[in-house]
Amino acid sequence: MSLSRNILIGGLLCLIVVSTALLSFVWTPYDITTMDIPNKLQTPSATHWFGTDHFGRDIFSMIMVGARTSLAVALVAVGIGMGLGVPLGLWAAARQGGWADELIMRGNDLIFAFPSLVIAILITAILGPGALNAILAIGIFNVPVFARLTRAGALPLWQRDFILAARVAGKSRALISVEHILPNVANLLIVQGTIQFSLGILAEAGLSYVGLGAQPPTPSWGRMLADAQTMVSFAPHLALIPGLAIISAVLGLNLLGDGLRDWLDPKIRVVRT
Amino acid sequence: MLRYTLKRALSLGLSLIVASLVIFFVIEVVPGDPASFMLGLNAQPDTIAALRAELGLDVPKFERYLTWVGGMLQGDFGLSYTYRTPVTEMIGDRIWVSLPLALYALTLSTLIAFPAGIYAAARRGKAGDMAVMGATQFGIAVPNFWFAMMLVLIFAINLRWFSAGGFVGWDKGFGAAMHSLTLPAIALALPQSAILARVMRSALLDVLGEDFMRTARAKGLSRRQALLRHGLRNAMIPVLTIIGMQFSFLLAGAIIIEQVFFLPGLGRLIFQSISARDLIVVESVVMLLVFLVILVTFLVDLAYAAIDPRLRART
Repeated sequence: MSLSRNILIGGLLCLIVVSTALLSFVWTPYDITTMDIPNKLQTPSATHWFGTDHFGRDIFSMIMVGARTSLAVALVAVGIGMGLGVPLGLWAAARQGGWADELIMRGNDLIFAFPSLVIAILITAILGPGALNAILAIGIFNVPVFARLTRAGALPLWQRDFILAARVAGKSRALISVEHILPNVANLLIVQGTIQFSLGILAEAGLSYVGLGAQPPTPSWGRMLADAQTMVSFAPHLALIPGLAIISAVLGLNLLGDGLRDWLDPKIRVVRT
Repeated sequence: MLRYTLKRALSLGLSLIVASLVIFFVIEVVPGDPASFMLGLNAQPDTIAALRAELGLDVPKFERYLTWVGGMLQGDFGLSYTYRTPVTEMIGDRIWVSLPLALYALTLSTLIAFPAGIYAAARRGKAGDMAVMGATQFGIAVPNFWFAMMLVLIFAINLRWFSAGGFVGWDKGFGAAMHSLTLPAIALALPQSAILARVMRSALLDVLGEDFMRTARAKGLSRRQALLRHGLRNAMIPVLTIIGMQFSFLLAGAIIIEQVFFLPGLGRLIFQSISARDLIVVESVVMLLVFLVILVTFLVDLAYAAIDPRLRART
C-alpha cells in the first residue's frame, strides 16, 4: 500500500522541525545570547531571515533552538505517559474486573477530572516554573490517556484463541501481556503517541506563554509569543513567526498520526480530546 | 432512570471527596509558609506564630481540611490570607467572567461545529468534505492564545472593532459585557470547534452505515431527512462526550486566554494567589473548577441515558 498524502506532508513537516532542532545543536545563523540593540525589531530580510526581536537577537536562530525545547518537553512527556500508562493499562486488562483494574481505572477518572492545565499550574506552583516541571505536568496527564487506550485495546485480545493457547501453555498473565498483548496494541499506541506529542507541544507553548514553562535564557516558542505580545502592534512578525512554527509542528504530527492510523489499520479508532 | 441517576450521583459524590482530599493535601506541601511569606524576611518568630494562629494555620492539617470542606458545603470558602476578605466573594466576582466566557465559547464552538460536521458527513469524499476536514486540521493545530493575539492585532489594533483587552463589567449592560468577551470567546472556540466538527462527522458516518438508516431511506425519507431525523440523534453520544470534555477544557483554557486579554477571571485569580502564597484561594478555585468538571460529566452521563434508553437498562 502506498503511503498516503497525510503521511508524506506530515512526515515532511516533522522532518523539517526535527532536523531544525538537531541542527541547532551544531549551527545557528547567529548566537541567540548576543544582543544587538542597534538592529532591534528588524523585519525579515536577507541578513535576518525571520527578522530580529527587541534585543536585536536573530529570530530564525531562536526558532531553531526553541524547536529543541518544544520537542524535548513533548517527547519526554509522552515517554512518561507511555512508560507509566501502558504497564498500568496492561495490568488492568490482565486483571479485568479485579481490584487492580478498578483502582487503576478510578485513579484515571480522577486525573481526568482535573483539567490538564490546572494540573500543570498546580505542579508548577508546587515545584516552581521550569521546563522540567512542565514535562512532569504534561506527562502526568498523559498517563491515564495511555492507560485507558492500552486497556481498551487489550481487553478484546484476552478473549482471543491465541491468548487462550498461551495460557494453556502455562505462561503467566504478565508474560502474555508483554509477549502477545503489547505487540498487538502497539499500532494503537504509536498513533495516540503522535497525537499526544502534538498536544504536548501545544501545552508546552501555553505553559511557557504564561511563564510556567522554560525560563530565560532558554528560548521557547511559547515565551517568544509572550515577549511579542506587547509589541504586536508595531512588530507583528514577532508574534506571527513563533505561532507558525508551533502550527507547523503540531499540524505535521497530526497529519502523520492520521496517516499512520489509516495505513496501519483502518479499523482502529483513536480518541482525540 | 432513577436507579441510574442515583448510581451516577453516588459516584459524583465520591469523586468530589477524593478530589478535595487530593487538592488540599497536594497544595499543603507547597514550599513557603504563608505567614512568613506575608511578613517578609525580617519578621520575628513570635510575630509569625501569632499570624499563623490568626490565619488558623496552627491547627492540625486534617482538622483544617474538615473545616475547609465543611465551610464549602455551606458556600463559605474561608478568608483569603492576603486580602482578609471572604474567598467566596473573590470567586463570586470572577466566576461571572470565566463562566460566561466558557459558555459563550462553547455555544460558538457548537454553532460552528454542528453545521460543518453535518455538511462534511453529507458530502463525504467530495470537495466540500475535503475543505472542511482540511480547515479542521489547521484549527486543531492553532494554539488558542496565539490565535487570540492575531485576533487582537486584526480586530482591535487595525480595525478597532473591539478593545484589545479588559472587561467592562456586567453593570455596563449585557451587550457591552458580551462585546468585551467576544474576541476571547472566538479565540477559545475556534480550535475546539475544529475538534467537535471532526467528531460530529465521524459519528454521523458511523451511523450512516446502520440498518435503521437504510430502513429510513426505504420508507421514503430523503437522504437529508434521514440524516437529520434519525442519524443526528444517534450520533449525539460521542458528540455529547466531547462537548462535556470541551466545557472543562474551555474553563481551564480560559486561564491562559484571560492572560492574553487581561480579563479579571478565575485564571488570573489563581496566578495572583499562587505568587502571594494565598493557598486557601488556590485550593478553593481549583476545587471549584474540578467540581464544575465533575458536575458536567455527571450531567453528560444523564444526557446519555435520556438520549439512549439502552444505557438506562444496562446499569
